[in-house]
Amino acid sequence: MADVHLRINGVDRRLEVEPRVSLLDALRERLGLTGTKKGCDQGACGACTVLADGERVLSCLALAVQYEGREITTIEGVADPIQRAFVRHDGFQCGYCTSGQICSALGMLAEHAAGAPSAVTEGLAAAEIELTEAEIRERMSGNLCRCGAYNGIVAAIQETQETRVAERDVPTLVEGRR
Amino acid sequence: MKDFAYLSAPDVPTALQAIARPGARFLGGGTNLVDLMRQNIERPDTVIDITRLPLDRVEELPGGGLRVGALVRNSHLAAHRAVRERYPMLAQAILAGASGQLRNMATVGGNLLQRTRCAYFTDLSAGCNKRQPGSGCDAVGGFNRNAAVLGASASCVATHPSDMCVALAALDAVVELESVRGVRRVPLTGFHRLPGDTPQVETEIAADELITAVELPALPVAAASRYRKIRDRASYAFALVSVAAAMHARDGVITDIRLALGGVATRPWRAHQAERELLGAPATEESFRRAAEAELAAAVPQSQNGFKIELAQRAITATLRQLLTEGGAA
Repeated sequence: MADVHLRINGVDRRLEVEPRVSLLDALRERLGLTGTKKGCDQGACGACTVLADGERVLSCLALAVQYEGREITTIEGVADPIQRAFVRHDGFQCGYCTSGQICSALGMLAEHAAGAPSAVTEGLAAAEIELTEAEIRERMSGNLCRCGAYNGIVAAIQETQETRVAERDVPTLVEGRR
Repeated sequence: MKDFAYLSAPDVPTALQAIARPGARFLGGGTNLVDLMRQNIERPDTVIDITRLPLDRVEELPGGGLRVGALVRNSHLAAHRAVRERYPMLAQAILAGASGQLRNMATVGGNLLQRTRCAYFTDLSAGCNKRQPGSGCDAVGGFNRNAAVLGASASCVATHPSDMCVALAALDAVVELESVRGVRRVPLTGFHRLPGDTPQVETEIAADELITAVELPALPVAAASRYRKIRDRASYAFALVSVAAAMHARDGVITDIRLALGGVATRPWRAHQAERELLGAPATEESFRRAAEAELAAAVPQSQNGFKIELAQRAITATLRQLLTEGGAA
């Protein structure tokens, strides 16, 4: 058994697990955080996506012991306008992939904001990459939706991104008025 | 998954000592090894977690190359400004592989060591000489649409799955290996072995060695480079055929060329034959096509993958044409 300390959704958690226990199983079976879903359990579907120190990862391929001391964010720790956007745009049907979609989208938006390119980015050396629909679809390709709610998912992410860009401009305006 | 002893190595010497334990394996991002352990394809007794080793930096080398630590995450390497500007084919190749989540987890060293996705390799009820030496190859005469047409043998036709390694093969990358016995450097093109009659031995790495870095030499031609990947889906699928290419032409004559193929061979395939045809040749569609045909002349199709031969030829020609007309991906 291994003694593992994780900071999950801002709360320090300590647990005893066998080294073979995945982060996904530790979250669901040991900590009762069942918002993170087990889909394929082999890194193919994205349903188990969580954020580790803000980066999206697959908790099914992560051994809990490997994430000792890391900051983990699951859907239970997310309170973001993107959730309402998913509702507004019908970004799901059965909902099983949704927590993974949302955690993945938050990680993806952070990657984009940090300037990371994707496989469909034209001009890899460009400083600014516009988050087009094609960019969103490519960057979210690791999250499968068996119901096929992709159009709603893309629309929800697009709206979230547009709102963020608009809000990022607000403080500048307020400052300008001073 | 079988239980195992777990050890997190704080530094390289500790990791290199620990690997001497029987049945010990290094664990990086886990995107391949953990999956194979869950399927009982890999059954280590001790897992040595190396993700806390200080091998996660990209450093400039004197003379203009880059030294990439073995634990640099795939996503971080693809987003690195020097890679995007000086080796765009490498950034493109990495971004063409797996998904955002997997690229955040997967390490550069682990990418070099990833196992084939041949369906029979992970099917414990099937014959696979790579998984179980002497058990035969069920891909020959079975489902072999994804199999190799270059570098295969009677005992194994499995393709190497990596996109990143195809770019590294074209870029003359060097793999740095360390063990308690010392440090040695192996060119990427000599790192992966052809299957021959020992397909279970996939690379030159010894049981006690750790990949510590991958070095990219200064290579001006690489600034004008591209990676093209052809697959069954637009995203998140392994290559049927891929091409990594860098080309420089002056006065209509090819003065420098780097070419490698993925998805068609048992290892990341440096296209030496095509390069020989192209160097000094006119930079024309005709030259590209002739070189592509020369490279695939030795190709041997299985029952379902003959389409890869023409597809590879067309992909080579199209990639070189695009380099000529549009330049590199940067």
